[in-house]
Amino acid sequence: MTDLSAPLAAIATAAADKLGADAVVTERAALRTYECDGLAAYRCIPGLVVLPRTAADVAFVVRRCHELGVPFVARGSGTGLSGGALPVETGVLIVMTRMTAIKEISVDDERAVVEPGVINLNITRAVADDGYLYAPDPSSQQVCSIGGNVAENSGGAHCLKYGFTAHHVTGLEVVLPDGTIERFGGLAPDSPGYDVVGSFVGSEGTLGIATEVTVRLLRRPETVQTLLAGFRGMDDAGAAVSAIVAAGILPSAIEMMDDLSIAAAEAAVSCGYPPGAGAVLIVELDGPLAEVEADLGAVEKLCRDAGAFELRVAVDEAERVAIWRGRKSAFAAMGRISPDYIVQDGVVPRTSLPEVLRDIAALSEETGIRVANVFHAGDGNLHPLVLFDESKGETDSAEAVSRRILDLCIEHGGSITGEHGVGHDKKKHMGRMFSDVDLDVMQLVRCAFDPDSLCNPGKVFPTPRLCGERPGRKTGVHPLQAAGVADIF
Amino acid sequence: MNTTSPTSVQELAAALRDSTGTVAVRGSGARQRWGAPGAPADLVVDMSGMNRVVEHAVGDLVVTVEAGALLDALQASIGVHRQWLALDPPTRGTVGGMLATADSGPRRLRFGTPRDLLLGVTVVLADGTIARSGGKVVKNVAGYDLGKLFTGAYGTLGVIATATLRLHPMFVARRVVSVDTARPWSLVREVLRSAATPTAIDYDGTTLHVLIESSEAGVDAQAEGVAALTGGATGGLPSGFGDRPAGNDAMLLKLTYRLSALDDVLAAVRECASDPPLRAHAGSGVLWAALTPDADVLARLRAVVAAYDGAAVVVDAPDAFKQTVDVWGSVRGLELMRRIKAQFDPEGRMNRGRFVGDI
Repeated sequence: MTDLSAPLAAIATAAADKLGADAVVTERAALRTYECDGLAAYRCIPGLVVLPRTAADVAFVVRRCHELGVPFVARGSGTGLSGGALPVETGVLIVMTRMTAIKEISVDDERAVVEPGVINLNITRAVADDGYLYAPDPSSQQVCSIGGNVAENSGGAHCLKYGFTAHHVTGLEVVLPDGTIERFGGLAPDSPGYDVVGSFVGSEGTLGIATEVTVRLLRRPETVQTLLAGFRGMDDAGAAVSAIVAAGILPSAIEMMDDLSIAAAEAAVSCGYPPGAGAVLIVELDGPLAEVEADLGAVEKLCRDAGAFELRVAVDEAERVAIWRGRKSAFAAMGRISPDYIVQDGVVPRTSLPEVLRDIAALSEETGIRVANVFHAGDGNLHPLVLFDESKGETDSAEAVSRRILDLCIEHGGSITGEHGVGHDKKKHMGRMFSDVDLDVMQLVRCAFDPDSLCNPGKVFPTPRLCGERPGRKTGVHPLQAAGVADIF
Repeated sequence: MNTTSPTSVQELAAALRDSTGTVAVRGSGARQRWGAPGAPADLVVDMSGMNRVVEHAVGDLVVTVEAGALLDALQASIGVHRQWLALDPPTRGTVGGMLATADSGPRRLRFGTPRDLLLGVTVVLADGTIARSGGKVVKNVAGYDLGKLFTGAYGTLGVIATATLRLHPMFVARRVVSVDTARPWSLVREVLRSAATPTAIDYDGTTLHVLIESSEAGVDAQAEGVAALTGGATGGLPSGFGDRPAGNDAMLLKLTYRLSALDDVLAAVRECASDPPLRAHAGSGVLWAALTPDADVLARLRAVVAAYDGAAVVVDAPDAFKQTVDVWGSVRGLELMRRIKAQFDPEGRMNRGRFVGDI
């Protein structure tokens, strides 16, 4: 044990005693493993890491933190892309990866009860033989944990039709920031009282730690059809998307990639997309056979009418996987065409897509910073990849471009994040989407759960708020600040 | 008692800011009796003047509407574009009332409940603070989702002033497969496990109705499949489909339970009355029943659904009966809910006493 502050040392000793020595990490080299999540631009070595096995373990540690005023952060698989699981230097990182039990599966009730460390895809694997699945499918589904999905309200390519994590969680067991264990919702729907489950999902780990999650299971669709369409340019592909939506068709996914993304994906995985395509669309339809067949025919025609020069429909699972391979590899593939890149995540109303894409192209032209576009076109969720070379001193320009893209999202009435979360990375942008009063009112929720601001502090909100103060009544300097009583950090 | 009828968010905020005492919020009054009776109100906020469709982004399938708008008026307005808000509570009333009570109907099987289609809200707190959360895009995870917190809160945290909601394309064809049964669960289970994707599976005490609503090309094969599975007959929408059970001076109960407990819950309800008016959203774990008010019956049914992880709520009943029972029953996490209430409405002005635990 090296250089722990007194409160951390006390927690480390108590946790080792209660949870076992192997559940506590204090060596600096080992702590370093946890210094960042999927967004490696932000790093902080936690003061102490604890690896609980049960809800009682989590409650024990949180209670000690609460008693001693020590901040704590929960972490699952660490795949988050907004620094939401960034540790606190003076705090405890509670790593949930040992809580991996699937506690109950009831296909008849269309529910599974799982521990938060369960990997997303493992739920679907566990119920696949019964013909069921767990719908939210973030790209990281082979490694990301359900607890992290709950924190971030994760989506995925198919959330266009099936919704996000919030639509698929019906119950939670939560260790509240004072260390008490509470249950909300459950196997039955419409639990009386405030929708605490709905408020907790997507709160980015700031309201407590989920120790058990009850999720909805969905019947696997009778058929899935996947179409790849090659277009000369983004405008044509965008027009096809609008036409599909206007026709009243609801695909399970509509994904779009531009020429740069296609080139990167070709270089990385040889996905064999239509040569010469300036844009490709992947449209996936699922459901009952007759319905999907009819919709597929309509989608093919709408794509052709919009200028698609090549259409491919996957005839089997292998071809379907091949079509998706290019899309799924796109982020990582950027390494093939650029030494460095920033993954942005913003949302615009779908009908604004063509205009926003033109604006992004102009921005790229103006700054000389290339931007590759990969996105969930059906719901207007953009993932521009801002390409740069740090060794050429392009970092600042790239960050400026990335920020300007968020400006475009806000100007068009969209959002600064569709699925990656605010976390540490985007809290500085929250004030551009919401007024101070909006943010203060949101923080009333936090004050009900975590009045001492110990639970994942410094995330989501640009300025922490002192609980007990009413929103909307601020005039100029915070009164406590003016009186020299407190400082606003 | 005073009444104020704001026509804008600003007027609503001013009315709350400039008043003291308890506040009741009403739309068209369709669900005004729901929940606990609550304390008398010093001020009634009548939302019927806030009834505009603020923006219908047709190509985005998103609508922003003031909370006092009638649900039927909203559906008519967006229906022109062959779209609809996929919520079908049999009690129609206003959008705000539907949100505040989280009311739902048969098609919740496919589309969920109001919280699932709500993208953004503007709310006004008891002290006149106006706040927004969410937005007008389908996908958005920036900030806490106040919409979910206010949905189903019975107006006790503040007033929902405007709401932005996701829309769906209107289905063009419908088939209904109907089959008589006293114990519907085995049929419901078969349908849920089949390839069909019904929009609703409802049971009225005698007949199970499976709704297939989709494209013209999509409905027949599904209906044939469901008919073959269930031995049912294919026809049109029966009159009164989805209506809420009713009875003179009855207690209207909403029972929830894990899906597979349907037959057990039905049996328990039938033990309490002979042939009681009832309606089950049979694929969703929700059963509505209208029974003679009786505290013992309520207690018995609560014990039954508790075994299936559910709850029994007296949604409506004669006041004299409501005064004698806890209409909400025991609630998980009540302490935390009280803390949420204390943060949003520290003086306890808003719809005082209507909600769980006397909130």
